[in-house]
Amino acid sequence: MPGPPIAVATDMRITNTYIGSPIERIEDLRFLRGKGEYVDDLKRDGLLHASFVRSSVAHGIIRAIDGAAALDLPGVHSVITAADIGDVIPMIPLRQEPLPALRRFEQPVIASDRVRYVGEAVAVVLADSPALAEDGADLVRLDIDPLPVIADRASSAREETLLFDENGTNSPITLTAVLGDADAAFRDAPYVRRESFSVQRYTAVTMEARGLLAEWDADSGRMTVSGAVKVPFAIRRVLAAQMGLDEAQIDILENDAGGGFGVRGEFYPEDFLIPFAARLTGRSVKWIEDRREHMTASNHARDAECELEIACERDGTIRGLRGRAVVDLGAYMRTNAVTPARNIVQVASGPYRIPNVHIEAALQMTNKTPVGTYRGPGRFETDFFRERLFDMAAGDLGIDRVAFRRRNLLTSDEMPYSLPTVLPYDMNTECDSGEYSITLDRCLEMIGWDAKADLQGQLIDGRYHGFGVGCYIEGGASGPREHVRLALEDDGRVAVYVGSSAVGQGLETVHGQIAADALEFPMDRLTGVFHGSTTYLKEGFGTYSSRSVVMGGSALVLAADDLRASIRAAAAQRLGCAADEVDIIDGERAETPAGASVPLGELADAVPDAETSFSSNKRTYSYGAHAAHVAVDPKTGHVAVLDYVAVEDVGRIINPKTLHGQAIGAIVQGLGGTLLEHLVYDEGGQLLSGTLADYLMPTMSDFPTIRVE
Amino acid sequence: MKIHTEVNGDAVEIEAEPRTTLADALRHALGLTGTHLGCEHGVCGACTVIVDGRAVRSCLMLAVQAEGARVVTVEGLSDDEALSPLQASFRKHHALQCGFCTPGMITTAHALLSDEPDADADRIRDVLSGNLCRCTGYINIVEAVLDARAAYRGGD
Repeated sequence: MPGPPIAVATDMRITNTYIGSPIERIEDLRFLRGKGEYVDDLKRDGLLHASFVRSSVAHGIIRAIDGAAALDLPGVHSVITAADIGDVIPMIPLRQEPLPALRRFEQPVIASDRVRYVGEAVAVVLADSPALAEDGADLVRLDIDPLPVIADRASSAREETLLFDENGTNSPITLTAVLGDADAAFRDAPYVRRESFSVQRYTAVTMEARGLLAEWDADSGRMTVSGAVKVPFAIRRVLAAQMGLDEAQIDILENDAGGGFGVRGEFYPEDFLIPFAARLTGRSVKWIEDRREHMTASNHARDAECELEIACERDGTIRGLRGRAVVDLGAYMRTNAVTPARNIVQVASGPYRIPNVHIEAALQMTNKTPVGTYRGPGRFETDFFRERLFDMAAGDLGIDRVAFRRRNLLTSDEMPYSLPTVLPYDMNTECDSGEYSITLDRCLEMIGWDAKADLQGQLIDGRYHGFGVGCYIEGGASGPREHVRLALEDDGRVAVYVGSSAVGQGLETVHGQIAADALEFPMDRLTGVFHGSTTYLKEGFGTYSSRSVVMGGSALVLAADDLRASIRAAAAQRLGCAADEVDIIDGERAETPAGASVPLGELADAVPDAETSFSSNKRTYSYGAHAAHVAVDPKTGHVAVLDYVAVEDVGRIINPKTLHGQAIGAIVQGLGGTLLEHLVYDEGGQLLSGTLADYLMPTMSDFPTIRVE
Repeated sequence: MKIHTEVNGDAVEIEAEPRTTLADALRHALGLTGTHLGCEHGVCGACTVIVDGRAVRSCLMLAVQAEGARVVTVEGLSDDEALSPLQASFRKHHALQCGFCTPGMITTAHALLSDEPDADADRIRDVLSGNLCRCTGYINIVEAVLDARAAYRGGD
């Protein structure tokens, strides 16, 4: 089956076979010994530790912030509030899908006159130890006059209370996906059904919470910030503008990171406040988010409802899909807040041939933690809405639900297939390739769908058995480009620098495999894969939207081609022959047909770094089918997942071991979101599931049987 | 106050406030940063260390309670030369991704297999269900621990 468009070097010969091999990860050697270096592991002399004073009120006017008692505590160095920042409080800009109308809902880096969610930062306390900083934060007195709380989508839409009085609305934007003429398709349709669905608020909950270490060198005017992940170059761009520095004055450094899943690494208020505190005090400042803080300060996700309507012929051929989703955005429009809603409408039709689509998604603001992208943003929601409605429609029509899907799945003949256009962005994308029915057939075969059909709905030993199946597409490889650099070192090995970022997914190993194969070097002839940090490259884009392998990996292939050409040219000069006569042997030496050779290390000075970008704005679409066999205990409501099978066409596999690990981990996270996890708010805007004792994530006992192919 | 304990085979003296947790003392006083803090309220298990042979959450134990105890952290389970059999099995089975929960998984599994080298998959799931992992979905961790059992049988 066709894969994503990995760039192909012109003279690449496959002498190595790292790509496609389940090699053991490089990263594991340090992680398994406890030698990883996460941001809280960094030590500095004279460090100040930060603790945040956060609003305990969901919506209110700040009357006073009194830090006097905190400052009286020995060891407390300072209490920073909006007043210390200046007349203009910097705002955190949208990173994706920005529109001027949306910027009115962006978040200030610190609350100055009004708080809009529980957990919003109001003050920063700096002290000699984390414990003293927390002691100090406890002593800061906040005087907040409460305002009526907008606790849900409905009250937000009524607009009796506004989050931003000056904006005149609680709904920044409505996105619409359009294809064909949905209203015409629904008119006189033989069969129509409309249903309402929802997905609750939950989020990534990375095992390592966020953290930052900021160091300001006043003499050289340099700011160094450690603890970045995902998009370090974008972080630098925003921070430079906010602090009035040139980007060249700022280094954003990536460390080992305990998970990302889209939530971690965006620009948050702390990404300004900690560097600001370091510059203000002239001291290095470290902040490590604690778990309770994480649950209200880091992005939430999902939290969408949808009224969806389908029109079909009597034989199950889909005529059209229309509907309206409402996404609870929380209190501010954060960096990528539009993306989940965009995906809800853009891939509502999924891998199916639905000629007429009109689906809206309204963003609605409430007094809750802001939302952002999290693993399959919007897709998780919209795939559920669609697939559940399909089951209902098939049932109504008396058609087998698998036959219903088969009838409407796209075929390879129809590719490329344009998905609906997303307005007002005029955004278009297309399913690129694939034979979608193959994954469905294989998935059903693996779970024994036909053989077990009799079990559906049966009460066996006190539990009702049931089966479910669904199909999906997933866009990856977000553009516009990724940047890499390969450097031949004095010892003859090659250092690999990539703009992609590591969030625990095995980037060093997977990019190492690609680089080694493209260079035709053994992997031990690489000094390492150095990623993310702004010090390595002139630009980089990062890791999100399933893009590192396609974008970063393709750039590596291009750069390897360049480096080999430079090595050949340098060797030709040294050995007195033509460049195309030079062979590079074992990643160790360059050799002529006559047998003259030179070690690569001796060429290091003559070989310039190969620095290049891979550009593409064409998204890749992987796809697949998942099926589950569950048993429900009617007395307790407990759902046991007896079997779960996923069959996915992901394109070319770089490392089957890490790929399967990613897929299984993602499925278990998805099952957590389906059956366990919920960020529950009360009507006063207080989070009720703010600890890991209340917020239930899957444990080792919950989902023992997951099969991925 | 001064606390005297044994960490990874070495006698150490730790200077710490009475309120300091064992986790913070290990991480910051001794620089043993392999012990990770994922929740600081005893749920996630990332900070698990072995105290007198038992798996203990070092975020729920005060450093002062370790007076006279023998503490083993993830750093104490292998030398710089090679991975321990359990660690090597984790690598072989791809039982880790971001690595943040891994030290707690390793210490908990080590304590389990030291006592019960024949633990079956159900027993392993039962004991390690107190350690949260967000990346792997756990299946490969169970495989890794099962496969490491042989190294704990006989003579150990």
